[in-house]
Amino acid sequence: MAEPAKKPANIVINESLCKGCSICVDFCPTNVLAMNGSVVAVKNLEACTKCQLCDLRCPDFAIQVF
Amino acid sequence: MAVQTAAKKERAPFDYDRYLRPKKLPHIWCPGCGHGIVLKSLIRAIDASGLTKDQICMVSGIGCSSRTPGYVDFNTLHTLHGRSFAYATGVKLAKPELKVIVISGDGDALAIGGNHFIHTCRRNIDMTILVYSNFIYGMTGGQYSPTTPQGAIATTSRFGNIEPVFDCCDLAKAAGATFVARGTSYHCQDLEKTILEAIRHKGTSVVEIIDQCPTYYGRLNKLRSATEMMEKFEKNGTVSVKQVDKLPPEKVEGKLLRGILHRVERPEYCEEYDKLIQDAKGK
Repeated sequence: MAEPAKKPANIVINESLCKGCSICVDFCPTNVLAMNGSVVAVKNLEACTKCQLCDLRCPDFAIQVF
Repeated sequence: MAVQTAAKKERAPFDYDRYLRPKKLPHIWCPGCGHGIVLKSLIRAIDASGLTKDQICMVSGIGCSSRTPGYVDFNTLHTLHGRSFAYATGVKLAKPELKVIVISGDGDALAIGGNHFIHTCRRNIDMTILVYSNFIYGMTGGQYSPTTPQGAIATTSRFGNIEPVFDCCDLAKAAGATFVARGTSYHCQDLEKTILEAIRHKGTSVVEIIDQCPTYYGRLNKLRSATEMMEKFEKNGTVSVKQVDKLPPEKVEGKLLRGILHRVERPEYCEEYDKLIQDAKGK
């Protein structure tokens, strides 16, 4: 049976605040994020479970998930 | 930044901008520094406490951690190195209705301000002290501090630090603080709850926060990233006080305890001072 369709997560990255520490990339439980040069980027949006750990652990107020 | 929420039922992102001075961002902290994570936990705790921005006075000394009041929209004071406790005591006595929060680093609170720190704890004056402990003096170039572990490399201990460390929580407890806790930047949700309890406590509350300095401590000690430091010192280097009795001794040995370590009730300094004034007036 197919799983009910989930609403995809909105991941908002403020690239002017991101310093590229990669804490969000390393601690993401489902590998949604990846580094794109010196800033973070979304590589696999479907895998996002909206746990918001990246948002909680971002030291630079640069990422929000909802 | 404008954020449009499509689904109202879902957990909205926390609006930090309400408590920040957004024009001051990006902050000066290095990539991977834990201070930003702690600041976010602190802001969420203040939001949960129900205090308004005008009811809070944030005081800091000098250091990386002490830049925090520059980014938040409360009553803020950026004072002398190690002397933030003396300023905070003055603020609290002059305006006891304010909630005073002192932001301090390990060097600021335990070395240069060590004397002020212990006497603030002894008086049990109502304030919340956050000690950001990143094992090093970050702002001045990576000199070793009272919390640098033995054997660790710093710019002033190139062959390894030989000095035993200060345990901030034991010191605060022995000096008379009535609420002592420890948190880490890795466990940021636990930290938020711990800081909230500290803010609600009447009396001196001390929260030591283990966080990471990848620029100096990490680079000198062959820890390649902030993530590696968070896993080594915070995730694997601490154990919750709630779990410590259930774990086998080998899993607890050498680890720091995390959570609320000490909480007692004792007369608060401002209230005692008020009683003294009333008694003197009555005579």
